[in-house]
Amino acid sequence: MKTEATHSTSLIVNEAAYNLELLPWVSLLDVLRDEIKLTGTKKGCDHGQCGACTIIVDGKRILSCLTLGVMKNGSEITTIEGIANGEKLHPLQQAFIEHDAFQCGYCTPGQICSAIGMLNEAKAKTREDVQELMSGNLCRCGASKGIINAIMEVKGDYHE
Amino acid sequence: MTKLPSIGKPISRLEGHFKVTGSAKYAGEYDVPDLLYGYVVNSTITKGRIKIIDTAGAKALEGVIEVFTHENRPSTAWFDFQYADMDAPPGTVFKPLKDNEIKYNGQPIALVVATTFEMARYAATLIKTAYAEKEFETDLESNLEKAREPKKGLASMLKPPPAKPTGNFEEAYRNSFVQSSGEFKHGTEHHNPMEMFATTVVYEGKNKLKIYDKTQGTINSQMYVANVFGLKMKNVQVIAPYVGGAFGSGLRPQYQLFMAVMASFKLKRNVRVTLDRSQMFTFGHRPPTLQFTKFGADENGKVNAIYHEAIAETSQFEDYVENVVNWSNMLYPAENTLLEHKLVPLDVYSPLDMRAPGGSTGIHAIEITMDDLAYQLNIDPLELRLINYSEKDKSSDKEYSSKELRNCYLQGAEKFGWKNRNPEPRNMKRGNKLIGYGMATGIWDANRLLARVQAIMTSDGKVELKSAVTDIGTGTLTIMTQIASDELGIPLEDITFSYADSAMPFAPIQGGSFTTATVGPAVKASCKALKEKLFRKAKNLRSSVLSDAKFEDVVFSEGFIFLKENAEVKISIDEIFTFNEGKEIKTTNAAMPNPLVYGKKARAVHSAVFVEVEVDEELGIIEVKRAVTAVAAGKIINPKTAESQILGGMIWGISKTLHEETILDDQFGKYMNANLAEYHIPVHADIHELDVIFVEENDDFVNDLGVKGVGEIGIVGMPPAIANAIFHATGKRIHNLPIHFDQLL
Amino acid sequence: MNNFSYTKVSTTDQAISQIDGDIRNKIVAGGTNLNDLLKYFITKADKLVDINPIAENNSIIRLETGGVRIGALHTNADMAYDPIIEERYPLLSKAILAGASAQIRNMATNGGNLMQRTRCYYFYDITTPCNKRDPGSGCAAITGYNRIHAILGQSENCIAVFPSDMCVALAALNAAVNIKGPEGERVLAFAEFHRLSGDTPHIDNNLKHGEIITSIDLPAKGFEKNYSYLKLRDRSSYSFALVSVATGLDIENGIIKEARIALGGVAHKPWRSTEAEDFLKAKEPTRINFSEAAAIILKDAKGYEHNSFKIELAKRAIVRNCLMALNPESQRPGAKPSL
Repeated sequence: MKTEATHSTSLIVNEAAYNLELLPWVSLLDVLRDEIKLTGTKKGCDHGQCGACTIIVDGKRILSCLTLGVMKNGSEITTIEGIANGEKLHPLQQAFIEHDAFQCGYCTPGQICSAIGMLNEAKAKTREDVQELMSGNLCRCGASKGIINAIMEVKGDYHE
Repeated sequence: MTKLPSIGKPISRLEGHFKVTGSAKYAGEYDVPDLLYGYVVNSTITKGRIKIIDTAGAKALEGVIEVFTHENRPSTAWFDFQYADMDAPPGTVFKPLKDNEIKYNGQPIALVVATTFEMARYAATLIKTAYAEKEFETDLESNLEKAREPKKGLASMLKPPPAKPTGNFEEAYRNSFVQSSGEFKHGTEHHNPMEMFATTVVYEGKNKLKIYDKTQGTINSQMYVANVFGLKMKNVQVIAPYVGGAFGSGLRPQYQLFMAVMASFKLKRNVRVTLDRSQMFTFGHRPPTLQFTKFGADENGKVNAIYHEAIAETSQFEDYVENVVNWSNMLYPAENTLLEHKLVPLDVYSPLDMRAPGGSTGIHAIEITMDDLAYQLNIDPLELRLINYSEKDKSSDKEYSSKELRNCYLQGAEKFGWKNRNPEPRNMKRGNKLIGYGMATGIWDANRLLARVQAIMTSDGKVELKSAVTDIGTGTLTIMTQIASDELGIPLEDITFSYADSAMPFAPIQGGSFTTATVGPAVKASCKALKEKLFRKAKNLRSSVLSDAKFEDVVFSEGFIFLKENAEVKISIDEIFTFNEGKEIKTTNAAMPNPLVYGKKARAVHSAVFVEVEVDEELGIIEVKRAVTAVAAGKIINPKTAESQILGGMIWGISKTLHEETILDDQFGKYMNANLAEYHIPVHADIHELDVIFVEENDDFVNDLGVKGVGEIGIVGMPPAIANAIFHATGKRIHNLPIHFDQLL
Repeated sequence: MNNFSYTKVSTTDQAISQIDGDIRNKIVAGGTNLNDLLKYFITKADKLVDINPIAENNSIIRLETGGVRIGALHTNADMAYDPIIEERYPLLSKAILAGASAQIRNMATNGGNLMQRTRCYYFYDITTPCNKRDPGSGCAAITGYNRIHAILGQSENCIAVFPSDMCVALAALNAAVNIKGPEGERVLAFAEFHRLSGDTPHIDNNLKHGEIITSIDLPAKGFEKNYSYLKLRDRSSYSFALVSVATGLDIENGIIKEARIALGGVAHKPWRSTEAEDFLKAKEPTRINFSEAAAIILKDAKGYEHNSFKIELAKRAIVRNCLMALNPESQRPGAKPSL
């Protein structure tokens, strides 16, 4: 196989700038986990089927496993590590703890990033809407009730 | 600060902060220097042998360090028993890369080790394998003539064979006033925890390894690695503080552990092997099972004849057994019983315990058969359960240590509004949707094993507890801290529960709903022993005010040892430490059930489940609108985490009944939907109103905490309750799982 | 995936020249399907041409015909929530929102949606025969587990279905696909875009390699008064359709002037029947008439061991969705059945 050239790629992740030399075949998820060592973003399937790798790129929630690092050159990225304000947890993080909205915790970063994306999109009116618009995030432990309750509580007084 | 007692309080998970901020590290996430990435290659045939495996193309790539196959793997242990783990069924354990024989589709046949994950994955595709294929059998139903009794082994201790026949089933059944018989078919299921199996091995030199593994038992993995690779136990440390779900899949060391250790050991490098999602379907699974029931009852509804047979798949190399048919007579005291469990060995990997193994299978058949009897007798299904209520486990003829199932039935029915049920099927509607109410009983063993815990108090009065036990999302960390806090009279904040490290005192694998009942008493015992030690030191202080006191006479609270009778008489912990020259005070204690007494009573957790389904009459679409589970599981240490366990189990029940199934294509002997897009587990939009009631249950027999365990009971009653509700809604009895909505068209 | 070179382009012409008619050079936009196929080694690429920066293909404009032109690079989510689409083409909006998940809709583009490949288990498993993936190797699905497979228009070479929801609505709306290639621009009617499997199941559609979808035109007629999208599947969301139906009805004085019914999840392309739609013309919007139309649509359907249920299910879904179209407010999130 011929060796392909790396591409200089700049990413702003959680307000920090990273200048990386990336091969095109590295997914954004693996850039975050293996290059930048931000392992809060999870790999649950690597194929866009579980939502565990959800992050916020240029204001929108996306699946980091289905895009390549080189494709996001110049993008602003927020991962779970950038959600809290210093030591102060984001209201959703706090609500997840209080509602016991996780057990093993592996889907949790994706659920939280996805929920923040959803609240920013402001398309969900009812609980049924929230359930539908959060359905791209699987939870195998079965923490669904706590997750939706936590989101509904924060949605009640959520102002961006 | 949390007020004591903390037991019984809905304390939020102590590790919550780490999980919501992404700082909790799972097995495949440890940042270690110069890490190599392993990618596994799997067999594309089902049975036969490897003729040629050509790794030259892969090895030629820049960045590929080594490719391991059966031809060049380092030598490993010789004897079968050295591969056996704590959950190994009778038989011969599968040994990765042992030889050229292929026993099942997806069997690991090579490991590529490279400097990046992408390179390892790509190189794996360049490995060319030529096979000599043999005919295989992978379909349960067309191989029933091979059904035979399972072999017995160590695993039979927690999974005893069915009780011997009692009375005369045939005659009693023939003479029954009503009879119900059924045939039930369950498909294969895979655990599919969200975290894929991963192991990071840190090579620490001189045959010493530190291993971050995805496991439900750190010591189980440690033992396996030490035995298989001929290492000393003390030179193998297995660590697993965060486990991204397991549900039984981590009860046995999986092949990524073998692969990562093998590569690290041979290359003397740090190595990580992470399985991909399709590889998550290449080890244990819940076995496809056929069941046959025949229940007979008299005109009053008393069940007098029970026949329950299960025929389940196993592999060609191990006899995996679960308790499918043992439950009916534990619940219903029929005099005439015939219970059988058989296995059909097929060319698949060995099945593996998966949440409520056997129970969630068997109870489905039992509780649907009971429901059918109720309709035939024109007796309310709940009433039928009460008619057959037993304070005794008839199958062993022992009293239950405690059994508040009656209150589960009553409180569950009340909360659900069971009385609003119109008994006639197809008679409740909402718009053009058919409404169905269904109920079922759940039961699961309340077991307990041996565990050891170390307690260490430091001069600041804070206490650290140590146990090798894992917390796979169950809340173990939080619960153990609560138990210690109450026992020591020290706030939660001053206690650290260190866990999930094989270097810590022994705990068994975390499964079977026995962790709290096993490790909890050991925490309590070590805390008590620590207090005794402190008390002895307090008595020995010069002119101690407690010199004449007995241990029973004192209380530990807020940094002091008081006389119960007179709080003015006290010695501070500070004082003791001053006397002790600031040295920490520690003790290690074991706790286990008393073998002379423990077997004298039957021990179980129970539940009553009530479900409302809505069925679109024209399109068949099924929605579980409401479910209430009332559970009697002894003392509930933490109602918040315990409720989550039950809710999780209920969602697993919905999934098992309506969604999940691994499809085996017998043309290839392989699973065709080995991914999360086509292996359906419920999404948020599938989950509606779910409620949990914990019924008060006091039990001073099971252990000195009175706890039973809640990991499995949430799932067991759900499948029959949903199926019974679907019958009530539609008049259609569907015996197979999962139920596809098109079966209702 | 194998390694490949990567280049970004900012005009359609640059993209065409970068692809250069070479089958090993692939266009990537959202990447939600292509990157997945690359990871599974189903698709192999020498070069990825990233077309995201092409501004000319990322807009929504009103056409003089009264219709609307939507850029191929618009994301599915931006399109579904665009006020013009929500108001004029709510059927399209609903269909898009029934597909994939919110995260994927935020990435996936309109052009990419047309180009997505089947979700047949055997196509996805590179160790089994599949004429679509490996022409001439056979079709394992015909004798295998075919619950999700085709009942209409399939051939003995391939019974895969096309998985899109958005395209079912585009078919119902008589959209047109604007294409640019080395030989210039052309327009394909939506019905002409995707192909049946026939003898060439490896060819999904009539876009020639080296050509690019630049935009999609929606005709003036949007059926915004009476429309509905219904999707039936094995779980409530984030799964592909077993059967889906897009219905648009133009009703005047209680009489159907024009009906459009397109099916998803049942064929190698969105399925329509002019015969059934003609049948409904000038008739009353009643259950009986809708049932009759459904019978016409499914009259040549053929099922296999595990998917024969789709024939009856599709009929009932058509009837229900036509009735839902009379009462569009009844629609539920995720295109679940209502009424």
